Amino acid sequence: MSKELSRRTFVQGSALAGLGAAALGGSALFGCSSELAETGADGKAEPAPVEEKIVWNHCAINCPGRCALKLHVVDDEIVRVETYAADSDDMDDIQPRACLRGRAYRAWVNHPDRINYPMKRAEGSKRGEGKYEQITWDEAIEIIARNYQEVIDNYGPEAVYMNYCTGNYGVTARPWFRLLNSLGNGYLAFYGNYSLAQLMWITPYIFGASVGAGSSLSAARDSDLVLMFGTSPVETRQGGAVSHHDYVAMREMTKGKIYVIDPRFNDSLAGRSDEWLPINPGTDAALVAAIAHELIANNQVDKEFLDTYCVGFDEATLPASAQGQNKSYQDYIMGTGYDKVEKTPEWAAPITGIAADKIRAMAGEIAAAKALFVDQGWGPQRRSNGEMTGWSICMLPILTGNIGLPGTSNGLREGSYSVNLTSMPDGENPVKAKISVFSMVDAIDRGHEMTEKADGVTGVEQLPCDIKFVINYAGNCITNQNSDINWVHDVMSDESKCQFVLGSDILMTDSLKYSDVILPDLFRLEQPSMIGTGGDGGYMLAGSEPYAPKFERKSAYDAAALIAAALGKEEAFTEGKTQEDWLRECYETSREKDPELPTYEEAMEMGVYTRKNPAGAVIAMAEFRADPVANPLDTPSGKIEIYSEALADYIAAHEFADDDFVAPIPVYAPEWYGAETVTDEFPLQLSGFHYRGRLHSSWGGVEILKELNPQEAWINPSDAAERGIEQGDTVRVENQFGAMELLAKVTPRVIPGTVACAQGAWHDADMNGDRVDKGGCINTLTTHRPSPFAKGNPQHTNICQVTKA
Amino acid sequence: MAQLAFYFDGTRCTGCKTCVFACKDKNNLDVGMAYRRVWEYTGGTTEKGADGTCTTSCFSYYTSVSCNHCDKPICMANCPQGAISKDDETGLMAVDADSCIGCGTCANACPYAAPKVDPETVKAVRCDGCADLVAAGELPACVMACPARALKFGDAEAMAALGERGATAPLPDPAETEPNYFMTPTADARAAGSSEGFIGNPLEVA
Repeated sequence: MSKELSRRTFVQGSALAGLGAAALGGSALFGCSSELAETGADGKAEPAPVEEKIVWNHCAINCPGRCALKLHVVDDEIVRVETYAADSDDMDDIQPRACLRGRAYRAWVNHPDRINYPMKRAEGSKRGEGKYEQITWDEAIEIIARNYQEVIDNYGPEAVYMNYCTGNYGVTARPWFRLLNSLGNGYLAFYGNYSLAQLMWITPYIFGASVGAGSSLSAARDSDLVLMFGTSPVETRQGGAVSHHDYVAMREMTKGKIYVIDPRFNDSLAGRSDEWLPINPGTDAALVAAIAHELIANNQVDKEFLDTYCVGFDEATLPASAQGQNKSYQDYIMGTGYDKVEKTPEWAAPITGIAADKIRAMAGEIAAAKALFVDQGWGPQRRSNGEMTGWSICMLPILTGNIGLPGTSNGLREGSYSVNLTSMPDGENPVKAKISVFSMVDAIDRGHEMTEKADGVTGVEQLPCDIKFVINYAGNCITNQNSDINWVHDVMSDESKCQFVLGSDILMTDSLKYSDVILPDLFRLEQPSMIGTGGDGGYMLAGSEPYAPKFERKSAYDAAALIAAALGKEEAFTEGKTQEDWLRECYETSREKDPELPTYEEAMEMGVYTRKNPAGAVIAMAEFRADPVANPLDTPSGKIEIYSEALADYIAAHEFADDDFVAPIPVYAPEWYGAETVTDEFPLQLSGFHYRGRLHSSWGGVEILKELNPQEAWINPSDAAERGIEQGDTVRVENQFGAMELLAKVTPRVIPGTVACAQGAWHDADMNGDRVDKGGCINTLTTHRPSPFAKGNPQHTNICQVTKA
Repeated sequence: MAQLAFYFDGTRCTGCKTCVFACKDKNNLDVGMAYRRVWEYTGGTTEKGADGTCTTSCFSYYTSVSCNHCDKPICMANCPQGAISKDDETGLMAVDADSCIGCGTCANACPYAAPKVDPETVKAVRCDGCADLVAAGELPACVMACPARALKFGDAEAMAALGERGATAPLPDPAETEPNYFMTPTADARAAGSSEGFIGNPLEVA
């Protein structure tokens, strides 16, 4: 295979002198470019020709974009990052153009804080202080293997945990689960994720386990009414062949009226102010309930659909166990249900902040729509009432029968058409116990107390031990992206709790400072890699390394192989294969399943392989709609469950807190730290959102991105004026969990009563001092209390006060 | 003389700044320097009444702009050194670094603030339309970067056929310099000189 797919020659200039500095970090982040080289040629000396090679690779962070990176490489330095683009007027031509972050890779790859050598925590320093000394790979592997074996011997495999991490994707990018299985013992696994834990948990109760997403955005081109709940497709996935592009294309082509229901005038609304429906965070379910009230009161629900395809709308389709007790959805909405409150628009107005007349008008538009497309982002469900909110939003297409037909979606987040590639196998984990992904620090702090009934442990009734050995690879989810950082710090820095943390990353991060040993990783784009993904259209990216590993960095695969070897399991882990051998083998498996794929060599040469959806658009649940008897859902009834008997059983068998709001139908659940539970001390809601200058915390330390994507608290002019805050002021945002300082963005683009803060900024606090986070990381203020069902992260459910700093 | 021009589709732009960063990568621009900017122009109010319900007249939109390689380049007219030139073949503007004394007159004269003075070299710098790429038959880095495909570049007549000369806030009245910047405004767009809104992202356009 050739990694030098095309070559052209350009003239070397004086700017090449900067390359050495770039390799060592420091301010010369960019090396040189052909343009500088030309201007630098002063004619005094005849410049020598320099070979520039083009190497394809891909972005690999936690965004399905995984966009194409066309790397221009000179003398083992990337001198320019291009992407895959064509000059075409066809919006449906699939072009995975990298976003601003992809175009800033050089500053990240050459960052002065890159990890270059194995390191161990400096003698006498405490975990979390971030003081390290360089060691050899041999020493590092010995320490890791020794601690692993001690933990296995003393506590068992349930004490070993691989933390949730999202900084690195590719078919061979995740060797750690495979390592832990190859060692023969297994590990305590997790379920869920930080993106959509609540919705993932509740969706099987609604639509069954085989339904995970809605229709593709392209389907909304055929809609006449598009409702976007708590979502900004142009911000969450910014590439040129995922929802950024797909949403722009859709809104240009659809004849449908679009509403974006969001506390924030997000960037998907840019230039289209008539589409914004501001709402108080966490109250979407109340809006849905009031719309449902109008639809029912005006006889506008699709009764035939509800009777044929659903259970639990009214008494007639309730399971026997629930009959005669006013447990139907209609009872709940019309005021004859368990709470005897009629969910009128007047009831919802003060909760949601949306006037009753506006709710009525919206219900009228929904009733009149011929093809209603309802899409929810994962923000509404990333809350203390996320399971109920996510389910509730799905009720609009359910009530109106707008499911499985052209122009409709089922209310979940937009689906996609992907090129699917097989990944390196993880092997079998003999350990049955699992915890919710959000529970890791709890399981370090008090794992042996955690139960199936109270804490969402699965596979066992109670955990046998605490977590003692953690692998944290390519992730910042110990502190920065986890909740309640100040509490996490206290648990993690207590060395009597977790015995050992292995960290591996490309850059020093806040979470990496809790490692006992750190291994220097490679970016995905610094090693051979492949990945498949998609949006409206599917694509696959393949690429090779632009240069050999620098310093003492190794791929995660090679690092894991060394650990396996130290523990006598190298053959079990590698099966005698290199990472590239696995890439080829996995790809051949992929080609057996999908013979249209190009050969491995062709794929590597192309860099980007695209494929349009032959069906035109993904229509969620179309088969079920066409024939619900032949194609039943994976629910107990085979139908859409508006009342879930399985959930009622689950509720009866589990323990919940008094203020956890649980029900077997989709209800509005007031939040613990929400619109109705702000206090005099903390009178504002605080909600996070995805930022354009980072992907979660990835790129969060890259100065050129930080400069033009400042960390700001969006605050409405009325809330700012009350507090004497002006645009650009440094403000302190504070609550019961902590305090952070950031800049005020005083803007009518956020609803009064809510502060919006982009998540993912790098935590920057003196943890032995005042702990005020100068980085503006919202997780300084988020709670580690999990949501009631999924035990998921309710990271947008917060209250706060804001003052001028 | 031929003239090249940018076309900007405001209805597609979502304000992501990928154009800015593709430009920065291509031109090796570190912190403190950008040739292209994305302006947020925002206005109206979002308020809650005594009953807790919200009303809004908020509007907001983005405009991506760099040097517009104007027909009446006020930068060139004002340069005391005659260091700024307009290419005969392409109409693209360029600065002769040897003649430039870094006085910043061009930066002050330009109503788009497109030229800047590099604080290290004390020379004026600016978007040159990626003249090297254009000469090689390619398109400027920003144009090929946009994930929403809001930018185009080509012969001024062809770009003018796609939209009107940029005349929406916060851009200035185009009569001043006759920019080779044609655009399709968003539904929210206000006319140049409007006082209905304000620059919503002052920290991002430094």
